[in-house]
Amino acid sequence: MELLAFGKTGWGDELFLATLMTIAVSITAMLIGFIFALIFTPLKLSKNKFLNYIANFYTTIIRGVPELLVIYLFFFGGSGAIMYVASVFGYNKYIEINAFLTGAFSIGIISGAYSTEVFRGALQSIDRGQFEASNVLGFNKIIRFYKIIFPQMLRLSIPNLSNVWQITLKDTSLISVTGLVEIMRQSYIAAGSTRDPLFFYTFAAVLYLLLTFLSMRFINRMEVKYNKGF
Amino acid sequence: MDIDLIITSFPKLIIASITTLKLLSVSLLIGLFIGLFFAVLRINNNFIFGKIAYVYSYIFRGTPLLVQIFIIYYGFGQVEFIRESIFWIILKEPYWCAVIAFALNTGAYTSEILRSAFQTIKPGLIEAGKSLGVNNKIIFYKIQIPIAIRQSLPAYGNEIILMLKGTSLASTVTLMDLTGVAKYIISTTFKPIEVFIIAGSIYLFFTFIIHNIIKILEKKYSF
Repeated sequence: MELLAFGKTGWGDELFLATLMTIAVSITAMLIGFIFALIFTPLKLSKNKFLNYIANFYTTIIRGVPELLVIYLFFFGGSGAIMYVASVFGYNKYIEINAFLTGAFSIGIISGAYSTEVFRGALQSIDRGQFEASNVLGFNKIIRFYKIIFPQMLRLSIPNLSNVWQITLKDTSLISVTGLVEIMRQSYIAAGSTRDPLFFYTFAAVLYLLLTFLSMRFINRMEVKYNKGF
Repeated sequence: MDIDLIITSFPKLIIASITTLKLLSVSLLIGLFIGLFFAVLRINNNFIFGKIAYVYSYIFRGTPLLVQIFIIYYGFGQVEFIRESIFWIILKEPYWCAVIAFALNTGAYTSEILRSAFQTIKPGLIEAGKSLGVNNKIIFYKIQIPIAIRQSLPAYGNEIILMLKGTSLASTVTLMDLTGVAKYIISTTFKPIEVFIIAGSIYLFFTFIIHNIIKILEKKYSF
């Protein structure tokens, strides 16, 4: 138990900060994923074959290729790509991108592919009558989307988004290969310096279980709240 | 775009993908039996067995696969009595550690898939079997299992694809599978995009094949 003490003797405070880091990366990745999903869902549902093709290409590739490979692509390729763009604008120094951003971005792209599928499913299950009614009432396209379709889409996608959240939370453990100090990386460091890997990895597993358990309770409560009146 | 690198690394990655397929097939096979075992515990009306199976699937589905591999590979090697027992012959090999972790992980998901498949079987079918005087064992093997397999095929197909992606984690315990070799080539040449394209296409090719096999099986067993 003294291994988990806070302060200089134990690993309690380090692991606590690492847990906060995991939560921060997961939330950032989830939000980046939403941005991707909001771009690609309309493309997926559009009548244009070419736009459909682009969106399908994105979701198929991301969902068919291992997460670790995507992370390696951004970890090793990210700074190169940014330096290339910078050199076009005449900036030729070495640019190092932050491990947090690389990690959140690569996990975000992955969770975005799953969120796209969730939003597509939710949009397709909204009653056609809602679209027709808003047309009859004379709303324009933008108001129709933001005021009528979007809120319903969110409510319908909460149960499936909770799955995406769980996947995202577990995927953040893979960012540890890039050196970002989250739960997995901190456990690795602690296990290395105390030579007690069994304890620290088991503790990491407990932390992840706690995170999934708590977030499920929170999401269930949200689901009940948004299903009032339905 | 470095075409030479693509041509020279392609055979290396193809050879590495054999390791990936081996890991996948062995762990799926073991995982299927584990999943079936725990699914039967879940649908059994025994409270304690049901709880045990529930806790097993909750733990393995709630924690990242990476943690599971690390506990088995790094964690178990530290315990004295495991190192002295006969299990050490298996547990000292990174290959078998990865297989055990994958099998336990996919077993948890498979048990959930099979459980829901068993629960959707109409009770009328089992009652019909009973009233025809068929004994319980034959009802289980000849009525429940075939229907459950049919019901769970689409979800199990997804699980196979998730597991294919999961095997990439074997590279974290020194195994040179497809991702392991890809990472090695990336870190020696610093050309991530080319390597990603080849390794990614190999993974997509496997996904495509698995997807189609499941589709054919679904058609064959549909009623």
